[in-house]
Amino acid sequence: MELLEINNMVVEFPSRHGVFTAVDDVSLTVAEGEIVGLVGESGAGKSTVGNAVMGLLQSPGHMPSGEIWLHGERIDQLSPSDMRSIRGKRIGMIFQDPMTSLNPIETIEYQLVETIQTHLDVGTSEARRRAVDLLDQVGIPDPANRIKQYPHQFSGGMRQRVVIALALCVEPELIIADEPTTALDVTIQAQILELIKDLCKSRKLGVILVTHDMGVIAETTDRVAVMYRGRLIEMGETDQVINAPQQPYTRSLIAAVPPSNKKINRFPKVAIEESDGNALQNFDLKGHWLGRGDAFDTTVENLLEVRDLQKRFIVKSSILPRNRVYMDAIKGIDFDVRSGETFGLVGESGSGKSTVARVITGIYPDDGGSMRFAGHDLTGASGKDDARAGRQNIQMIFQDPYSSLNGRMKISSIVAEPMIVNKLTDTAEERHQIVTDLLELVGLGKDAAKKYPHEFSGGQRQRISIARALATRPRFLICDEPTSALDVSIQAQILNLLKDLQEQLRLTLLFISHDLPVIRQMCDRVGVMRHGDLVEVADTEALFEYPQHSYTQTLIGQMPKFAK
Amino acid sequence: MISYIVKRALQSVLVLLAVGFVAFGMFRFIGDPIDNMLGQERTDADIERLREILGLNDPFLVQYWNFLKGALQGDMGVSFRQGRPALDIILDRLPATLELAMVSATFAMVVGIFLGIYTAINRKGPITNFILTTSLIGVSLPTFLIGILLIYLFAVELKWLPSFGRGDVVPVGDWWTTGLLTASGLKSLILPAITLGLYQMTLIMRLVRSEMSEVLRQDYIRFARARGLKERAINFRHAVKNTLIPVITVAGLQIGSIIAFSIITETVFQWPGVGLLFIDSVQFVDIPVMASYLMMISVMFVGINFIVDMAYLAIDPRLRGGKGGN
Repeated sequence: MELLEINNMVVEFPSRHGVFTAVDDVSLTVAEGEIVGLVGESGAGKSTVGNAVMGLLQSPGHMPSGEIWLHGERIDQLSPSDMRSIRGKRIGMIFQDPMTSLNPIETIEYQLVETIQTHLDVGTSEARRRAVDLLDQVGIPDPANRIKQYPHQFSGGMRQRVVIALALCVEPELIIADEPTTALDVTIQAQILELIKDLCKSRKLGVILVTHDMGVIAETTDRVAVMYRGRLIEMGETDQVINAPQQPYTRSLIAAVPPSNKKINRFPKVAIEESDGNALQNFDLKGHWLGRGDAFDTTVENLLEVRDLQKRFIVKSSILPRNRVYMDAIKGIDFDVRSGETFGLVGESGSGKSTVARVITGIYPDDGGSMRFAGHDLTGASGKDDARAGRQNIQMIFQDPYSSLNGRMKISSIVAEPMIVNKLTDTAEERHQIVTDLLELVGLGKDAAKKYPHEFSGGQRQRISIARALATRPRFLICDEPTSALDVSIQAQILNLLKDLQEQLRLTLLFISHDLPVIRQMCDRVGVMRHGDLVEVADTEALFEYPQHSYTQTLIGQMPKFAK
Repeated sequence: MISYIVKRALQSVLVLLAVGFVAFGMFRFIGDPIDNMLGQERTDADIERLREILGLNDPFLVQYWNFLKGALQGDMGVSFRQGRPALDIILDRLPATLELAMVSATFAMVVGIFLGIYTAINRKGPITNFILTTSLIGVSLPTFLIGILLIYLFAVELKWLPSFGRGDVVPVGDWWTTGLLTASGLKSLILPAITLGLYQMTLIMRLVRSEMSEVLRQDYIRFARARGLKERAINFRHAVKNTLIPVITVAGLQIGSIIAFSIITETVFQWPGVGLLFIDSVQFVDIPVMASYLMMISVMFVGINFIVDMAYLAIDPRLRGGKGGN
């Protein structure tokens, strides 16, 4: 008998605009000690399957047909209170973001003891003993003392361990892990996946691992189910699905994942995905406003020269300088970005890579060192005007396309704003024409100008960000994790677009990412950052094939790989 | 943590000085107290002599400095109208206002938080709709109108409750008089307390409702549900405490404004508190009383804010120093 059996599950969300079928006729099974992956892009319905098994569908979502069996007992028709006693006790759940899934104002102990006592009839001291024991099992050092702490006193990886301990509180038979490592760094991700695998084996747990990351699937799961638009389109042994996918969607989904082991020229697109507009029609840039106006010498070898750059933040402020406590975000780094190349900065969260971007663009003032950009001094030492003139040629694309566009402005205003601020155009007609051309250039079409940001998907919004960045005719584009909030198929489109634009507009890119395969595909040279230091700079292929620094070796060793 | 408290306390003192300065500056524009103090047969010499005695001829900054010097020694000046120390006059009237404010603040907090939680948990349904609709009336009707309507209904038509005054009071201690211990005092308190607290009550209710709805959408609530915790535990142990953090700030400020804005309610109900005193003083340009009143109000505001900040520390561990939160 299978541990979990889902038969023909259908989940619907009725709304004013009709019924949306989030999950359409999905059947799957999970055995004891087995990890089943559920993979797909956002909106595929993979999280909804997990929520339906837990009986936690968000209202007005409901399950009009289908059956869920847990150990031969049908659980989808249980009363809410019966279902509640199964949740946490027989099925545990792990959420994506460990930063938000713990109650910030209660201690870990409180949350663990509360959960244990909800399900088991034990005294407080017994519950506390079990809680300490659990923390020990999920690898939290010094559990007897740390249990008294609050969630904000734990790092991201440690919090996810606490979340796992909470899910394991009452020895469940099944764990549903919903993107358990998406918010974590690659080294922490490897540890957490290892922990889940160990627990699965030692406790005979069944695990449903919901993720969008093919690498995680390949490393962790025994079997995998691929979902697309609410339907389960392929299911099988993980090796077989990844190496010999039967369905075209699966094939293109796997192809769209940037390979970590070799460099390819362009990213394949996901086949089923609707056409992404007529991206980048053959656009005659010679003679166009966007192509003209090279205000500075393009023959310089190093467009950007950074020497001994430093930045520190005040952690603890005080009136007396000697009592202040600083955190060194950038500890004196040197690097050059050559004209026309893509220079990558890679590192884990907190390594200072985004801070570098913000100091270069002037969002943060620097605390020492020098930055020369095409003859301009960006540190502001030789006058603010010089730095400002230089920065007009630097633009930035941010990570989160949902918060980096002003939701109350039309796209036309958003894209035109940099031109207005920098007084680049003479007439409103000219500006209007350039906005239209820019939107065509990034593949959105001129109709986009009249709309507002909320009418666009994440990938389209990132195209708008790119159009906005190009509006000052920059020569240097800083991309800070431009695709990490996007699905893999959209990521492929955006990265292709960046490559094309770079070629046509002779752009120089500073590309910041934590995603090693993406870095490998995009960059000519790469710098590896750790704790504010630049530990290694090398040509991309050399770095990936022969990493010199031990940290680079660890980082590359930890990245999830899957053979194709 | 101690440095946090000290910093807050220093900021409070600065705020008080600024408020006093602004308030004192404004009094110069509301009229000349001499007009009311001397009768029809005054001469220019009389006026000049009185101005000199009262210090009204000094430059503004000197007047403010003298006022501060006196205030620090507990001397807020002598009322122009009654010839008694302004502080004594205020203290005489203060118990009435404080009792009214405390009762209506308690009413606003208890009822507001309760209804807010109820309507957040039961987002739809006839009772929630009724509460929300009625609360709109509380927000949109001006205080004096609510007071008059209540007087008309309960005092004039039904004759259940008195329409003005404080009823019988009994002394407690040296200077405090209370209406809370007599039947007529309690009856007199009901209408003004509701009038004064209704707006705050609806405000707190709507705030609690929106904050709690927000909290109930958080991941840690979903995770608590996924651990099989009982709805009661989720709503009352996890959600309410997180909800109350922002609510405390607003509620604290509201208590301050209840005291400050009791002026209108006190006028409508002829409540013998400091608000009514202030209105009388404005008409008479009684600068020492007005200045004392404003200082008292700002001391209360600042004091309440200080308490609110301390309450934050108690509730939210992330503010308690140690490894800093973000």
